[in-house]
Amino acid sequence: MKVEEICSVLNGQLVCGSNMVNREVTHAFASDLMSDVLTVNCSNLLLITGLTNVQAIRTAEMSDIECILFVRNKMVTPEMKDLAEELGITLITCPVTMFRAAGELYRAGMKPLF
Amino acid sequence: MSFEYKVTGGDFTHAGYASSQVKKMLKQLGVDSTIIKRVVVCLYEAEVNIVAHAYDGVINIVLDADNIFMKLTDNGPGIADIEMAMQKGYSTASPEVREMGFGAGMGLPNISANADRFIITSEPGRGTSLEITINLSGTVA
Repeated sequence: MKVEEICSVLNGQLVCGSNMVNREVTHAFASDLMSDVLTVNCSNLLLITGLTNVQAIRTAEMSDIECILFVRNKMVTPEMKDLAEELGITLITCPVTMFRAAGELYRAGMKPLF
Repeated sequence: MSFEYKVTGGDFTHAGYASSQVKKMLKQLGVDSTIIKRVVVCLYEAEVNIVAHAYDGVINIVLDADNIFMKLTDNGPGIADIEMAMQKGYSTASPEVREMGFGAGMGLPNISANADRFIITSEPGRGTSLEITINLSGTVA
């Protein structure tokens, strides 16, 4: 699923990475627990989280995750945006809950990891 | 090659900087991406542990053609029961650390799972030392 499709399904807004709307992700993983994210081994992965701090971006960097979806209109700080831009990580925000975001994306064809 | 990074306890804004630098360096050296991921997962978990639990710490990295050796030494409260700390789910992290997305008792087991060699020693009241070795050729050290 392309980044622009994720935005379309969830009424999401691209925070950074506007030149990467055609970036493709195939699987999604939803967690606020960054150590849990660090155990995951999958390429083309979307991280769905409600955790809005710099460590969410750092964790994505270490896990080779190129796209993060923040739920419930959580605010992305300027520090997060700067770091994501530096690392080439796409950030999306959406108004819905993590449960609904996961459900809508699953229905639209996003694959779970397990 | 050897490198040293200082880590400040409680500074979550800069937690992961050393891990990020090491990742960039290994990519430039053309190390296999699956090995890079194992290295940075170990290093990042250990770096965050210093930020979360200690007053300060030092990361020493020694890189040669075969291995990367990472030693993280901190000044902090130490670990009273290492066997317990190695169990998944055991954590003494503060609520503030948990709010940052860590402190669920997964860090040390995750390091152990990704390292070829992992030695942890601690002196309660003084600090903790982690020695992590990963073979860069992908075979177990």
